[in-house]
Amino acid sequence: MEAVYKTPDTLIDTPTHYCPGCGHGVIQRLIAEIIDEKKIKGDTIGIAPVGCAVLAYNYLDIDMCEAAHGRPPAVATGIKRVHPDKVVFSYQGDGDLAAIGIAEIIHTANRGENITVIFVNNAVYGMTNGQMAPTTLLNQKTLTTPQGRSEQCDGAPLRICELLSVLDGSQFVARASVTSPKNIIKTKQLIEKGFKTQIQKKGFSLIEVLSPCPVYWRMNSVDSIKFIDEEMVKTFPLGIFKDWESQN
Amino acid sequence: MMLTDENKKYLLTGNEACAEAAIQAGCRFYYGYPITPQNEILTHMAVRMPQVGGTCIQVESELAAINMVHGSAAAGARAMTSSSSPGISLKQEGISYLAGSELPCVIVNVQRGGPGLGDISPSQADYFQAVKGGGHGDYHTIVLAPGSVQETADLVFDAFDLADRYRNPVMILGDAQLGQMMESVEFNKKSEPNSYKKEWALTGANGRKRNIVKSFFPVRGELEEFNAKLQEKYNLIKSKEVRYEEINTENADIVIVAYGTCARICKEVIMKNKLPDIKVGLLRPITLWPYPSQVIQEIAEKVQAILTVEMSAGQMVEDVKLSVLGRCPVHFYGRTGGGIPSPKDIIKKIAEIISLKENSTCMT
Repeated sequence: MEAVYKTPDTLIDTPTHYCPGCGHGVIQRLIAEIIDEKKIKGDTIGIAPVGCAVLAYNYLDIDMCEAAHGRPPAVATGIKRVHPDKVVFSYQGDGDLAAIGIAEIIHTANRGENITVIFVNNAVYGMTNGQMAPTTLLNQKTLTTPQGRSEQCDGAPLRICELLSVLDGSQFVARASVTSPKNIIKTKQLIEKGFKTQIQKKGFSLIEVLSPCPVYWRMNSVDSIKFIDEEMVKTFPLGIFKDWESQN
Repeated sequence: MMLTDENKKYLLTGNEACAEAAIQAGCRFYYGYPITPQNEILTHMAVRMPQVGGTCIQVESELAAINMVHGSAAAGARAMTSSSSPGISLKQEGISYLAGSELPCVIVNVQRGGPGLGDISPSQADYFQAVKGGGHGDYHTIVLAPGSVQETADLVFDAFDLADRYRNPVMILGDAQLGQMMESVEFNKKSEPNSYKKEWALTGANGRKRNIVKSFFPVRGELEEFNAKLQEKYNLIKSKEVRYEEINTENADIVIVAYGTCARICKEVIMKNKLPDIKVGLLRPITLWPYPSQVIQEIAEKVQAILTVEMSAGQMVEDVKLSVLGRCPVHFYGRTGGGIPSPKDIIKKIAEIISLKENSTCMT
């Protein structure tokens, strides 16, 4: 019988360390599927961030490098400049990319660095038990916003796709979520497009993925999915913000 | 614009010589941010790297620079960044990650006065930061201290080799004086840079098992084991790579210990010794880590006193004392904040040490 669904070759078959209901496993599986389909397993180099996804290399069977908190785009730049023909991607969370690493992501995009960034936005610092992230919603309760995020005190959530899409160096910038099979398929298409952007040497690509963190949202998995579909998308609308193919 | 010929002498600043030597050592990836007094390294690289097919990026921050070095080093290339004291402080986290990931690279610190914004004058006040770790965790960088423009070029060439041989960051610890002054320099390295097989490097896992470059060891016991391995490497470096220069230390009454710019000044003191009854020698550490403790200990057995001269409030003198371990008195003369010791000041200090000794003899 033909197997129509199996563990991707690039995905290591091992117990996961991610919490129940977490989106990282889904997103990393999508990356593995794309690497398999594009037959680039031996030509891809990934960068793991500080945070929950630091152990991404336990799941993705490719050359990988850790980076200091916030610095994956700089490390990716250093690797890509040495190996311009390899596919180089960084995998980053919202604290990593949008707080401590905001300078690196803006300048890397602005240089038009030919890399792909997978930006996992779960609106919270998961690894450290659930503090406010730059992408935490207004009024969202976290350990450090016990009364809910206040615009006056903490500012409003940072919209990374909107911010980066105005830079000339950005070639493909899109936001998706992993809340339903339909959205997961869409996420895969967008990440694939990001890799295509890089392989065709068009320049910088970033795919933001809205992803649930039930444990540190203190919600069950079903409510977490609802939270993304009903609340997060109001602040972080899904869609394509910049696409080199639809520009002249 | 400059293309170097072998056996031809060039009149260059220390900074330019440093940059050119890096290129000749096979460095093709340089990342830098402007800061005085090391700007000539960045500007030289901006001209030369495109000529040799290399990459020079003027980065958005020192953090980006050191982490791009991390990436290029992980990818198997010879990479370098340079800065001056405040910028080097910013790079410290990255240097710790490089050491923890066992990545070879070269970091140049053209020291200026501190703390804080300080000034742009020569200083040696980053000694502690350079040799005692600087960033977090139990690690060492190999620290090389040139004393001339020529030696800057030679040590930069060697630094890349040491880095690759030990998979460890190497720091060139210069200062504003060495970086800015012009001297004649030859790039007459007869040998091509050694090439090292970097089987650990990230090149895409085609045809081999995949590689991971990391410094994270969350499983209990793994990190301690890794740290023990690092210490073993550091002990090997200590046993094999100590470098120093000795001048007139045989039969000396007093030996000065000084490095870099201060050692040049002390050489003049020795050459024009105006204290004919006192024999003065010089021990110049070239590696600040590993430190030439053994030879200092041997000298301490034979001399009346050791004088440490630094452009700091007293940093290397601690390592001198740890080497001497009470075998002889250790004196210190230092200037800070852009002050440079003059030969006259040093001679005065030596006379003072001698008179102290005579007085104490009278009293007994």
